[in-house]
Amino acid sequence: MRWRYKLPLRLRSLLRRHKAELDLSEELQFHLQNQIDEYIARGMDPQEARRAAFRSLGGVEQVKEECRDARKMNLIENFVRDARLGLRMLQRNPGFTVLVILCLTLGIGANTAVFSWVEGLLLRPYPLVSHQERLVALSGTVGEEREQTSWPDLLDVQRSCALCENVFVSSINGATLSIGERAEVVTGSIASANYFDAIGVHPVLGRGFEPGEDTGSGGHPVVVISYHLWQTRFQSDPKIIGKTQRLDNVVYTIIGVMPEGFYGTFVGRVIEFWVPVSMLEAINGSSFKLEDRGARWAESFVRLKSGVTRNQTQQEISAIAARLAVAYPASNRGHSIKVWPLWDTPFNHARELLPIFEIMVVVTMFVLLIVCANVGNLLLVQSFARRHEMTVRLAMGAGHGRLLRQLLTEGLLLAACGAAGGILMAYWCRHALALFFPDRGLYLPGQIDVRVLGLSAALGLVVTLAVGLIPAFQTRNLALADTLKTEASSVMGAGGRAWLRSTLVVLQVTLSFILLVGATLLMQSLRRIRTTSPGFSTTRVLDTWIPSVAAGYDAPRAKTFQDQLIQRVRALPGVEAAAYARVVPLGYNTFSSAPIAIDGYEPQLNEQPTADYNEVSPEYFATMGIPLIAGREFTRADDENAPRVAIVNQTMVARYWRGQNPIGQRLQVKGDWAQVVGVVKDSKYYSMEETARPFFYVPLRQYFAIEPDIHIRSTQPLQTIQKALLREVRALDPNLPLYEMITLQEQVDRSTAQQLAAVGLVALFGGLALLLASIGLYGVMSYTVSQSTRELGLRMALGADPSNVLRLVLSRGLLLTTTGIMIGVGLALLLTRLLGNLLYQVSPRDPLAFAAAFVVMAVASATACFLPAWRATRTDPIRALRAE
Amino acid sequence: MAKPSDLVQGTLDLLILRTLALHPMHGWGIAQRIRQVSKEVLQVNQGALYPALHRLEQQGWIQAKWGESENKRRAKFYSLTPDGAKYLCQEQAQWKRLSLAINLVLETP
Repeated sequence: MRWRYKLPLRLRSLLRRHKAELDLSEELQFHLQNQIDEYIARGMDPQEARRAAFRSLGGVEQVKEECRDARKMNLIENFVRDARLGLRMLQRNPGFTVLVILCLTLGIGANTAVFSWVEGLLLRPYPLVSHQERLVALSGTVGEEREQTSWPDLLDVQRSCALCENVFVSSINGATLSIGERAEVVTGSIASANYFDAIGVHPVLGRGFEPGEDTGSGGHPVVVISYHLWQTRFQSDPKIIGKTQRLDNVVYTIIGVMPEGFYGTFVGRVIEFWVPVSMLEAINGSSFKLEDRGARWAESFVRLKSGVTRNQTQQEISAIAARLAVAYPASNRGHSIKVWPLWDTPFNHARELLPIFEIMVVVTMFVLLIVCANVGNLLLVQSFARRHEMTVRLAMGAGHGRLLRQLLTEGLLLAACGAAGGILMAYWCRHALALFFPDRGLYLPGQIDVRVLGLSAALGLVVTLAVGLIPAFQTRNLALADTLKTEASSVMGAGGRAWLRSTLVVLQVTLSFILLVGATLLMQSLRRIRTTSPGFSTTRVLDTWIPSVAAGYDAPRAKTFQDQLIQRVRALPGVEAAAYARVVPLGYNTFSSAPIAIDGYEPQLNEQPTADYNEVSPEYFATMGIPLIAGREFTRADDENAPRVAIVNQTMVARYWRGQNPIGQRLQVKGDWAQVVGVVKDSKYYSMEETARPFFYVPLRQYFAIEPDIHIRSTQPLQTIQKALLREVRALDPNLPLYEMITLQEQVDRSTAQQLAAVGLVALFGGLALLLASIGLYGVMSYTVSQSTRELGLRMALGADPSNVLRLVLSRGLLLTTTGIMIGVGLALLLTRLLGNLLYQVSPRDPLAFAAAFVVMAVASATACFLPAWRATRTDPIRALRAE
Repeated sequence: MAKPSDLVQGTLDLLILRTLALHPMHGWGIAQRIRQVSKEVLQVNQGALYPALHRLEQQGWIQAKWGESENKRRAKFYSLTPDGAKYLCQEQAQWKRLSLAINLVLETP
């Protein structure tokens, strides 16, 4: 029941503060009056009695303050007062305030942006999809390799998995969409009928799939389109539902439009349309049959029942996969099924980003630390100027705790502005990550949600503490009497403070040095990668392909088409050579791989020689610029009816023929013996970082592929060739579209995109860190100089010439830098190992990178120190001494 | 005893509550009363009295009302709340136990 008495009191203290204060005064007044009366009654004179009464109470203001404390209203009231005072302080120094808030914005903004990317790409990668924490990805596995799964297997998992709420499919795919004159390949997805219900996103127009639409091959030509496609290609037609649209060579009925902001469930790409799995063969070019248990094409997800962990589900699904392997040994022996967290999804771009994110998290934390050190330093300088104010307040009876609260409140104000700025910055930068990758089709959005906001608020609090406590350090040591006297301004005398400031500068130099080393290492690695020759020409060779399967081409028709097209292309002006190849090197598609046997080569006991190979047409090596060392290229005569032939690379010769001339020798591929007719130089096949590997080529005609890439070596610019090629393709068949054309250089660039992005990001943040550290160093040095005017003036009056003064000031700044770099070298030696797999032919302890970082740091800090030092030499001795 | 002893830490609250148990009283009155009753032994530190009163009021043990003092001045009168009375009983019992125990220790030869 006590609250009945307490509550009105609290409210009164809070709301009627003035009345409460008056009451308090009156109460104490009454007491004093009685005391005075008593003293007078004892015979004191009134003046004396009054003084004695005040003395006996022990300081009216102090008693009042204690009573206020007892009322417990001080917390809120003081905060408001501190905040108001803080705002006034910040307003008084707009330059300082802006600088500090800018620094904090950069620090918090960088961290928030990175976390928003982690959130948007790894943790909750699919906008609008509900309960993503219960989603996991599902893939097949063979040994350590990941693979897609087959539809019958998935149906069995869905049927028998008690812990799964849904199992659903969304496989990325492309299809040619032609509206009027314009045909283009758009990215779409083959989805199971339960897809939209399982992810909890429903069409804004029309409907999603119905359960029956999963079954019956080719029986349900219906399509759901994205909001973006609806707007751009169908002019937001409100009567779109029920209309028909050709995708590849099949006419579909549009049954739904998805909401704005839904991009499907594939990190890195925007999905524009969804067709049911029954349309698999139509979309995928008959290469897979839906009912075939061995046809592994599906990229799928599982929604777990709530409260179920991924491990539990894995156990259950493993058991199901084991049962399937027993029941269907022909298709399933050796295959298993595994679930993955979304950030580790096998079938999208998220995994490739992981190492970059690891680096970015570390780097942005470094930047934040540097920012804290920098802001702390600025506040130290600021608080030195406020020392007088603090001392006066202490003398007036404010407690140290009270001052601390004041400083923390100011820190909180600054941090709050910084956090707000940081969130704004992250919001503006949410699409910036894709800018670091050369592939313009990538869609890598950050997401700013409650958790991201929470994190930046938490960062703000940490910063508040860090930043507010640094100046508080020194109020602790304020000696009242000393500081109330106007202090003689000698900086060397202010030992403790100078020490703290120097430590902060050293910290900044150390951290930015580490970042610089990281950036240089990555740059060096990228340069190595970029200057490594891929083994084929890059700038003059163009690559594209023609999606003909979708237009209804089968092998015989494709052969005719390919022959006709290549002749037309070779006749184009500026074209030097042209050829087909099933796979373009360094691309997304993988080469064929087969067990091989070689005449005269005895494998070890456990060795099964295997090599990757490419199916290429005549003139391939001339087009690619891969030098032929011995023998001949494939010719038109090497067709289906001719004896099998192969061309091998140098590494293959070295390994399997021990360097002997292999021409005329035999090589067994997939059971067929082929005669080796040529040897070519090694080149890069999968990545620029790979080491030489055995590789061979077979004629496209003998191992036919319907949709090979076409490579064109030309002297003309890309656009000209692209237009000409499209013209030739249309002349042969107006229904055929052309895929995006790129140079092989672009292909190389895309394959090194990850390194490029890492370099870009680390260099950006490294540069930022360097700038901040330089500002910090500059601030400390110019402050030191401005405070030691007297000392410098004295030195000059005593005959020191400007160069002496310059050396004095510079040496002090450079001492700080050197200390910072020393520590930085030590830490960098430990930390650069983190870059591990991003480095190509560069040791994480590469002395050149350390030297380069050292030079950059030294130049930057020398510049930062020089200006204040130069200003010091301009000190007028007379004025400096007179100012005291 | 040459010098009035300082109040044992925490006992001021108890003395105030006990004093107020008789009838409502203002701060000055409380101080006077404690001094008189203790035969001038206990001198209430006046600087500590008012914060203590405000604290007890906040805790709901006592409540305050403005009234007129014996010498016709406006004064703030404190009185015990029912909860405060209960609290006083508890504390008094606690104190008795404690002082008995201390006496036992001191007087046992």
